Parts: sequence; C-alpha cells; structure tokens
Amino acid sequence: MFFLRSNYAHPAFREVALDMVPLATGIAAWGLMTGVAMVKSGMSVVEALAMTFLVYAGSSQLAAIPLIVAAAPAWVILATGFCVNLRFVVFSLHLRPYLMHLPRWRRMVNGYLTADLSYALFTRRFPVPGDTDAQHREQEAYLAGNYFVTWTSWMLPGVVGIALANFIPSAWGLGFAGVLCLVGILCSLANTRLRLLSAAVAAAAAVAAYALPLKLNIVAAIAVAVLASFWLEGRVPRRWSEA
Amino acid sequence: MSGQTDVWTLAVILGLACVTVLTRCFFFILDRPWTLPGWAHRALQYAPVAALAGVVAPEVLMSGGHFLPTWEDARPFAALAGALVYFWRRSVLWTIVAGMAVYLPLHLVLGW
Repeated sequence: MFFLRSNYAHPAFREVALDMVPLATGIAAWGLMTGVAMVKSGMSVVEALAMTFLVYAGSSQLAAIPLIVAAAPAWVILATGFCVNLRFVVFSLHLRPYLMHLPRWRRMVNGYLTADLSYALFTRRFPVPGDTDAQHREQEAYLAGNYFVTWTSWMLPGVVGIALANFIPSAWGLGFAGVLCLVGILCSLANTRLRLLSAAVAAAAAVAAYALPLKLNIVAAIAVAVLASFWLEGRVPRRWSEA
Repeated sequence: MSGQTDVWTLAVILGLACVTVLTRCFFFILDRPWTLPGWAHRALQYAPVAALAGVVAPEVLMSGGHFLPTWEDARPFAALAGALVYFWRRSVLWTIVAGMAVYLPLHLVLGW
C-alpha cells in the first residue's frame, strides 16, 4: 500500500518508482485506449469510470465490454472475467510466502493492486521471500512503489480516454503500445533457455487453442508451457536453467 | 444501453471487481498455514513468462480468429522490431518507441 509511511518512505519505493517511469508510457497508452474503447462501445461515463477504478484488470475489462453491451447473463460475464484472470491465481500461489507475515487486510490490498507487470518485476527482483524484518519491509516497499506507478499510469490516462473518447479515433491503433510494453517485459523475463522455451510454447499454444471460449487459451498456454519446461528442467544440461 | 447508466451494469462491474480481488488474492486470503512444496515453486518460475506470451501472441499473430490471414499486417513486424531493439538496448521504453515507429507508418500510411 503506497499510502503507508513505512512503504513510501522506504528507499526501495523511490528506487522502483523511478525505474518504472519508462514502462509507464506503455501502460498509459493502453489505459487511454481502454478508456476510449469502453465509451465507444456504448457504456455510460459513470459505468466506464466505475469499471476503470474498481475492476482494475485491463484484459478482463476488455473481455467484459462486448458481453456487457450485448446484455449477456451476469454469470457468463463474471465467469469470463474469472477465466481471463486465472493467471492471477497462479501468481497468488507464488506470492503467498512473500506476504503471509502481513495481516489479512494488508495482504489483500497488496494482492488486489498487484497486476501482471508488478508481479513479474517483483519476483524477478526478489527470487526468494524475505526472512528478516528488514527484508520484509524492503520487499513490501518495492511492491508498493511498483504498483503505485502502475496504478497511476493506468487510472489517469483511463479517465482522460473516457473524457476524450469521441475525439480519439480507434483507427490510430495507439492501444498497440500496450502490447509492445508487454513484449518488452516478456523479453526481459525470458533470460534463461528454459524460460525462452516456456514463452515459445505458451505463444504457440495460445494461438493454437484460440478457438476455446472464455479466453481459456491463455490458461491452457500457461499449463502446457509450465509443464513442458518443468519436465525438461531435469532432463537438459544445467546451463539451460541459468541466465 | 448507449450512454445510459443502469443498476444491472453497475452490479456486474462490482462483481468483476470482486473477481479481481478473489483471483489476485486466491491463495493468501486464508490464514491456514501451509507452504508450497519446492517442486511447485520451481515449476512456477515458468508461469509469468508463459502468461505474458499467452496474452501477447494472439494480440500480435491473430486477426479475426485466424493466424495471420495476410502478411500485410503491421503488428508482427512492429513486435519483432520491438523485441530486437530490446535485446540491443535492454530497455522497455526503446521497445515501445521502436515498435510504434514501425507500426504507425505501416498502419496509418499503408493501411496494414
């Protein structure tokens, strides 16, 4: 939580916030186009603002928009949102040992605000959970600084996009900057041969299984890639697992 | 719907917010003590890169539910340029700049 002094006063908060500024441009462009897309699809300004501020998950927002506009049953929309978000369940399993020393409400606020980018950068920066009190505080401050920048650079352009929706043509394709941002993060994470293989397998599986409903292709891609890489880990030379 | 706010839509949005909280906190909502086995922790290091690749690949390679129906598509060229520039400069900002420098001319001028 960026509003706790123990977090925002910690040097790790400032360090990561400055590191995040270049990435913020990509998130901002994506947030802007998501705001534009919501209003352009026929949602009211109040609904689009509620979606931006409460749901705070770009891919599930984008997946829900056509269903809401088509007045699909609520359970279908929620089930779709859950499936698109299933990767976060995997992330939460990974993050558990990093957060369990905190009281529940702090765990949940941290969890709610930690999206793909913050999770990926946090677990790259801290490959193992902290043991000491100082390590716990550094890790929480880093996480808070990271999602503070992510949150701000998603919300502000989202509001601007909602306000200016009728003046920005979707045909410009500015939303593609968000995809390019993910491409950059992906390259930075694929730092061992097995992780590169995991990315390649997941990409191929997500494309091959594209016809699955509810964006289940992404979940299938994660499952296949993790299983394949993990199975190979014990069967290939050790340097395949080293950066 | 067109611009009208209704209670049903707001309720669905609230539900989606709960889904975000539920999925992002799934394994640490309860206090029940249990730790992850070592093999699971090792397997999970492949999850983030797989998830991002799974989200990105269809955004770059699919169009209308088909795998690159035409090679005259700005997205794969822009993503490739962005990835190459990443490995050259090691910077995500340069990835975005280079990718958009390839994407915008192809998309806006040639209509790809």
